[in-house]
Amino acid sequence: MSVLPLLDIGLALLVVAVAAWTIAARNLFASVLGYVAYGLLLALVWVRLHAPDIALTEAAVGGGVTGVLLVTAGKRLDALKATRSGAGPGLRERIVAGALSALVAGALAFVVASLPTPAPSLAPQAAAAAAGPGAGLGNPITAVLISYRAFDTMLEKIVLLLAVLGIWSVGADDAWGSAPAPLRRARPDGAMVLLARILAPIGALIGVHIFWVGADAPGGAFQGGALLAAMWMVAMMARLLEAPRIGSRALRLALISGPAVFLTVGLAGNILAGSFFAFPPGFAKPLILFIEAFMVLSVAVALPMMVAGPPDGESKP
Amino acid sequence: MNPSLLAGLVGAALVGLGLYGLIAHPHPLRKLLAFNLVGSGVFLVFGVVARRGAAAGYAFDPVPQAMVITGIVVAFAASALAVALILRLAVAGGDVSLDPQASGRRDDGEAE
Amino acid sequence: MIAQPATTPGGFLLVLAVLLPAAGTLFSFALGSRAAEKIALGLTPVGFFLACLVAMKVAAAGAPIAYAIGGLPPPLGIALRADGVSAVMMVTASIIVAAAAFYARAKFATPDGVEESRGALTFWIMIQAIWAALNLIFVGGDLFNLYVALELLTFAAVPLVCIDGRPETLAAALRYLLFALFGSVSYLLGVALLYGLYGTLDISLLAQRVGAAPMVWTAAALMTAGLLAKTALFPLHLWLPPAHANAPAAASAVLSGLVVKGSFFLALRLWFYVLPALPTAAPGAVLGALGALAVIFGSVLALRQARLKLLVAYSTVAQIGYLFFVFPLAAGAHVWSPLGWSGGVMQILAHAFAKAAMFLAAGLVAEALGHDRIAGFRGAARALPLTFLTLGLGGLSLMGLPPTGGFEAKWLMLRAAAASGQWIWSLPILGGGLLAGGYVYRILAPALADGEAAIQARPERSREAIALGLAVIALALAFAPQGFFDFLEIGRPFASGSAP
Repeated sequence: MSVLPLLDIGLALLVVAVAAWTIAARNLFASVLGYVAYGLLLALVWVRLHAPDIALTEAAVGGGVTGVLLVTAGKRLDALKATRSGAGPGLRERIVAGALSALVAGALAFVVASLPTPAPSLAPQAAAAAAGPGAGLGNPITAVLISYRAFDTMLEKIVLLLAVLGIWSVGADDAWGSAPAPLRRARPDGAMVLLARILAPIGALIGVHIFWVGADAPGGAFQGGALLAAMWMVAMMARLLEAPRIGSRALRLALISGPAVFLTVGLAGNILAGSFFAFPPGFAKPLILFIEAFMVLSVAVALPMMVAGPPDGESKP
Repeated sequence: MNPSLLAGLVGAALVGLGLYGLIAHPHPLRKLLAFNLVGSGVFLVFGVVARRGAAAGYAFDPVPQAMVITGIVVAFAASALAVALILRLAVAGGDVSLDPQASGRRDDGEAE
Repeated sequence: MIAQPATTPGGFLLVLAVLLPAAGTLFSFALGSRAAEKIALGLTPVGFFLACLVAMKVAAAGAPIAYAIGGLPPPLGIALRADGVSAVMMVTASIIVAAAAFYARAKFATPDGVEESRGALTFWIMIQAIWAALNLIFVGGDLFNLYVALELLTFAAVPLVCIDGRPETLAAALRYLLFALFGSVSYLLGVALLYGLYGTLDISLLAQRVGAAPMVWTAAALMTAGLLAKTALFPLHLWLPPAHANAPAAASAVLSGLVVKGSFFLALRLWFYVLPALPTAAPGAVLGALGALAVIFGSVLALRQARLKLLVAYSTVAQIGYLFFVFPLAAGAHVWSPLGWSGGVMQILAHAFAKAAMFLAAGLVAEALGHDRIAGFRGAARALPLTFLTLGLGGLSLMGLPPTGGFEAKWLMLRAAAASGQWIWSLPILGGGLLAGGYVYRILAPALADGEAAIQARPERSREAIALGLAVIALALAFAPQGFFDFLEIGRPFASGSAP
């Protein structure tokens, strides 16, 4: 037996153990920390599944941005003394819940183990189509996201926008238009500021790089945007940058730019290429990169605004 | 055991763990963490499907992988919205319980 | 199944019907709440016109119209398809969205002197997003694209519940969100399994490939459970009454009239369009039985409510139950299946219009009296005759008395039950009508009694007329001609003319 299968089994057990910890931990904050570690481990599982694009997404979003979101939420709840709630279900309910969950997991394991062989696949068609005149891309995932399933991707960016607005809408009426509360109330120490000054520009460059190579290599608009978002959040935590006012026109335009450009190019496709969301042959790759550039912007702005939360009112002009 | 089957079993275990947490934990933030475990378990099943779809010299089927990326984005947005609601609820009421009976009784007939 | 071209004439209308309100949300977000109101109101006639055009194209072709996005046909690309029932749902959605929007102007106008208001921006954007999501649900041809549509619907609907920010509305919104997320993830797991089995998520391609294998049953069960959680079918209904009762009236009308129908519509798509190859007796019986329990429990709980909006919300739990009788009553390719199908669709429409009317009316009552406690309604009908007329007419349709759409729906279902020998379903259909009579009486009896209601603010006549207009449509459905039911058959698998 070679080393790799053993490593795989070890990784699998570790992921399940950390997941079990986030459920079993008595303390809310311990559970949150467990979840952050879990997100990073999961990225490794995705690497082993030959899914580098998803691994990048999972590391940036599952581990990074979600981590900041949950840790911030845990701290704020702690400050509000709202980390406890009423008594949980009794022992009998827990046993029933455990049995039900075990049943579902067992059934799912059985089903996954009995998936048909050979598995149906769109891989050859997708690769051929990705390299074809309608897309001209080396990364079939980017081709699927921006060309073949453009409708999904465009609408999902609107979902992000609705989430941002939904989060803003739970704020107070008289705070509307102002900026969200800072991610950290305390004055950051020198080490944090220094780290942010070094890390943020490098990370941002890597983010832009991931977007740029994403047409042909693992990476793309979402992964690049998520990394840029994480770097902006690092800068916000070091208080090098402050969150913008939610009433700011520039912020609004940045948030809608991704879906709006995508939608405009998609509509123009009907005239230029004979179908909505079709790209004129020969112009496909530059158009796709053009759309993606705005999606990077939207994602990089939307994720930190979601973490920052509703407008706070204190920074009202 | 090949890696994709192993990942599938991990996915199934995550769904089970998350489902238990969703039912057993009264605190909404704990419920949210549990929901995210279920979500990532489901994404892993997608990933297994994508890996099994390796065919004709390709390491994976890009279609389900693209769907997972879309799914992760949506799941994050859902978590962020839930966190905003949980925090606002904690500020407004101090009570973060989700017991429908409890909040139903608080309705006092005042107009919207 | 007859092979269909990927794009038919008029198919581009389907893309526009989804993208028009989607573009509206983007413009509204950039331009602020004052512009958002104008955009949303301005789009309503355009959207209605588009929906009518789609219906005309489907009727003229006598077959579904379709569009392959990007010119890329499935399995790699995404297709949109509209059949008879899609077109009818699009028209219904556009009318109810328009009614709710014009009704909401009084509450969600941006006040003078402020640049933008929180409630206004949220309401006007979310209502457009709900509309875009519903249109996509009605015409979506790809199960993952429909997942995105479901999420769009959830993210637009949840913030409407807590738009006024009271703690109980926040709790209701959070509970709604958790149920909806559970529903999405369960649906998505089923989608993953179907892709793993068949390598496509296109509804018509799947319909050709699906067979009755254990994995297909697992996928179907997961997807159905997820959709039931979002539709609030008993016993997954706990989130609905507080969410629908606490939202502003215009939002409640859309949530109760349309949003829960979105996930129900996908359940129809799943069982009748994706999985016609599965035997229908067992799942039909389970879904019908849950529907019967929903009718009984929802109605009994509605009878016990002290507040009008909660009563109307529990009535939604009951009326959703009726929808699920369509699974046993329209199954397969029998002579009685079209009756059950027509009855099911008629119940969607009748409830959508009647319930939207009643929520709008309930909002007017609450504004006029300053409360919505039923015990305090004495003499209110004399003070607010049009509004209580709306509640009465909507109530007639809920009870299923002629001549209303609700009667037509139940009559068709009863005929299907008799023709198919499944007389058991006639018991909850008739019993639920009696219980509905009870809770409608509870609203109207005190209102019609003598007394002097203290009116704090008299509602605008135009808003009363909007609510009444919806109730009149619920009534007018009773006079739907045979041609309407023939139209509903267009594109239905097993419908006469299309081979099974």
